[in-house]
Amino acid sequence: MARRAVKTAEKTTTAEQPDKEQLLAFYRSMLLIRRFEERAGQLYGMGLIGGFCHLYIGQEAVAVGMQSVKGPKDQVITGYRDHGHMLAAGMSPRSVMAELTGRFPGASHGKGGSMHMFSAEAGFYGGHGIVGAQVSLGTGLAMANRYRDDGAVAFVYFGDGAANQGQVYESFNMAELWSLPVVYVIENNQYAMGTSVERSSSETHLYRRGSSFNIPGEEVDGMDVSAVRRAGVKAAEHARGGNGPYLLEMKTYRYRGHSMSDPGKYRTREEIDAVRKTRDPIEHLQERLEGQGWLDEATARAIDNEVKSVVAEAAEFARTAPEPEPKELFTDVYVEADA
Amino acid sequence: MTTDVMMPALSPTMEEGTLAKWLVKVGDAVKSGDVIAEIETDKATMEVEAVDEGVVESLLVPEGAEGVKVNTPIARLSGEGTAAAPATPPQAAAASTPDVQEKKAESAPPPAPAATKPAVAPQALPEGDTDIPADAKRVKITVRDALRDAMAEEMRRDPGVFLMGEEVAQYQGAYKVSRGLLEEFGDRRVIDTPITEHAFAGLGVGAAMAGLKPIVEFMTFNFAMQAMDQIINSAAKSHYMSGGQIRCPVVFRGPNGAAARVAAQHSQDYAPWYGSVPGLKVVAPYDAADAKGLLKAAIRDPNPVVFLEHEMLYGHEFEIPEVEDWLVPIGRAKVRRAGSSVTIVAYSRMVAVALEAAEALAGEGIEAEVIDLRTIRPLDHETVVKSVMKTNRLVTVEEGWAPMGVGAEVAARVVEHAFDYLDAPPLRVSQADTPLPYAANLEALSLPSAPRVVEAAKAVCYR
Ligand SMILES: Cc1ncc(C[n+]2csc(CCOP(=O)(O)OP(=O)(O)O)c2C)c(N)n1
Ligand SMILES: [Mg+2]
Repeated sequence: MARRAVKTAEKTTTAEQPDKEQLLAFYRSMLLIRRFEERAGQLYGMGLIGGFCHLYIGQEAVAVGMQSVKGPKDQVITGYRDHGHMLAAGMSPRSVMAELTGRFPGASHGKGGSMHMFSAEAGFYGGHGIVGAQVSLGTGLAMANRYRDDGAVAFVYFGDGAANQGQVYESFNMAELWSLPVVYVIENNQYAMGTSVERSSSETHLYRRGSSFNIPGEEVDGMDVSAVRRAGVKAAEHARGGNGPYLLEMKTYRYRGHSMSDPGKYRTREEIDAVRKTRDPIEHLQERLEGQGWLDEATARAIDNEVKSVVAEAAEFARTAPEPEPKELFTDVYVEADA
Repeated sequence: MTTDVMMPALSPTMEEGTLAKWLVKVGDAVKSGDVIAEIETDKATMEVEAVDEGVVESLLVPEGAEGVKVNTPIARLSGEGTAAAPATPPQAAAASTPDVQEKKAESAPPPAPAATKPAVAPQALPEGDTDIPADAKRVKITVRDALRDAMAEEMRRDPGVFLMGEEVAQYQGAYKVSRGLLEEFGDRRVIDTPITEHAFAGLGVGAAMAGLKPIVEFMTFNFAMQAMDQIINSAAKSHYMSGGQIRCPVVFRGPNGAAARVAAQHSQDYAPWYGSVPGLKVVAPYDAADAKGLLKAAIRDPNPVVFLEHEMLYGHEFEIPEVEDWLVPIGRAKVRRAGSSVTIVAYSRMVAVALEAAEALAGEGIEAEVIDLRTIRPLDHETVVKSVMKTNRLVTVEEGWAPMGVGAEVAARVVEHAFDYLDAPPLRVSQADTPLPYAANLEALSLPSAPRVVEAAKAVCYR
């Protein structure tokens, strides 16, 4: 197989500009994730959600922009910071929130919780708590696509911290070697818990991490949903066209702590505030929409109200839905024989 | 319309905290994301962000207040009631008012027993315990600090000892066990690694082969599964395979077992996994004195030691003898409570469950002898056998699964060495034979609890 040069930053094509409808849909979708996560944080504080809960606030443009590229048979897999991905994939806010509260109507019947949710219907393969595991699993999804030759692409998300795990590179090698249809999306939010990329990575330009395997990589402004989509279209075309994997490094940022119990001493308030003020993906898009004359204040408020009521309804559902029956403790350990 | 801001739970195990500082005052306008207060827990100081928007109407808890229970109102906001109010259904908007809170208290799942049990008071030591000198002065210390002190003392004593792992240095440990070590020993000896368990465990084994004494921290033992090959194939076997030439004096340590509500992939007891491997020593202490004394012994041990801690015990205070160079020998169990009716064998956090059960049993005239294994390999079955010869009955308690587990091993040894003394088949209390579920009610059903131990003890006593 011919060697390919590693692509560097910028040079994303303007093959297609999202139109008004699409941008408004992105806006709503990102807002839904933001409000959902704020509410999840609140429910956690009230003790209704337990364990680990990793919020997606700040990173909304990545899931929303990439999801818009996904075809009906394509698959998605990610780590434990998964709420935003599930909402973007079309899973219902009710089922996600009810899983967070550990109730029976939750996506995993209350057995998985925040970090472990799945939707066969939405092509969402989890929700994984072990850092890096999803990269090999996602490469396996792509292997199945290649095996069946069904034109589907696997979208595999992982963090800047996960990008240091060995199995990531073992997977990269096989993905390129066998030309598997996979798009690797590194959500570089600059920190893995309290460790910045600079303190953990000898090569901090993570889009170059595929270079010794001949996987093309590209850096993308992950706070700009249109840029994310553009890069996604290109990467998916590459993978779908039988050219093997493609690597996107999304430069993004998480506003909240790593999980709920993060004292956050490894960065300054000013750093967070500066990103919120200058790069917020939702405000950024709102300004753009307003600039184009595609969104006025009343419409923005109406969207916000609609989203808030969806979230409030989901929260109320999740608060009052029943817990699993005690017998559920023993179900789903093995596949029951189809009688 | 007003909204109360509640004292938030900032971690899976937090029940109360100190309101260290208010960063807003009455009359300030806040919006979602603004930092309004600083809260201190036993682990750290954290910032509290507003979720709702509004104007601060009153601060209900003064700055500096300690022991503020999770979910008590700490401030009241008056909503500017523009966008949010009309669209928010009434129940949800009221979710933070006291009356709905009461309803929540009824309908909310009972918290897992693990999260709410108070520290079990240190037991009076039975006669004949030689571990703690009778005249030793005792001080109170948490398990977390005992572990830290053990590492610090050994690092002072031996320049070859160093600590590596994820978040151990600048962050002071994901569970704050290495607090202060970076400051004292510098970044040559307290080393933050990338998230690369398989390789840094290998580096630890390699450095040990070269004569250093690494302490490799796993953020939790769940992540050590990435590294299991190096622990078992490299660390445990190299001495044997080299005909005694190579040594691997490495300590692998970190929290093991179930915390609270962190679900299947983050809640496993690895004692039986490592306990089955020759070449490894495996330690799982319960109280602070053992945590410190055994960790110091593990660091000095010329063999690879897997040191299993428990997150739910980190914050518990115990008395510890104030003696210089406190060491507890690896390989010796401890009788935590003397009794003649039934022997209950446990380790790590399950010792607390066993002691609680023993108290309840005493109320019904059953005197249980509680044995804390402390070391899983080599297993001190002599102490257990001696006890069973007296009580004629055995119950084992472990947080993990029963099949092929520690209880199975203990029972087998008792059957081998004291078959004729048994008046009833041994019983094992363990986690249900399923992955650990997230839902609060199922989690509580799954994990061993004092009532289940009481039930088992009564069964072997035919009561
Ligand atoms: C194998 C493994 N090691 C450690 C952990 C603990 N852990 C959970 S998340 C995390 C940081 C990951 O950071 P990153 O990949 O950048 O993702 P982000 O949290 O920023 O989304 C760590 C160390 C884990 N879950 N699994
Ligand atoms: Mg990160």
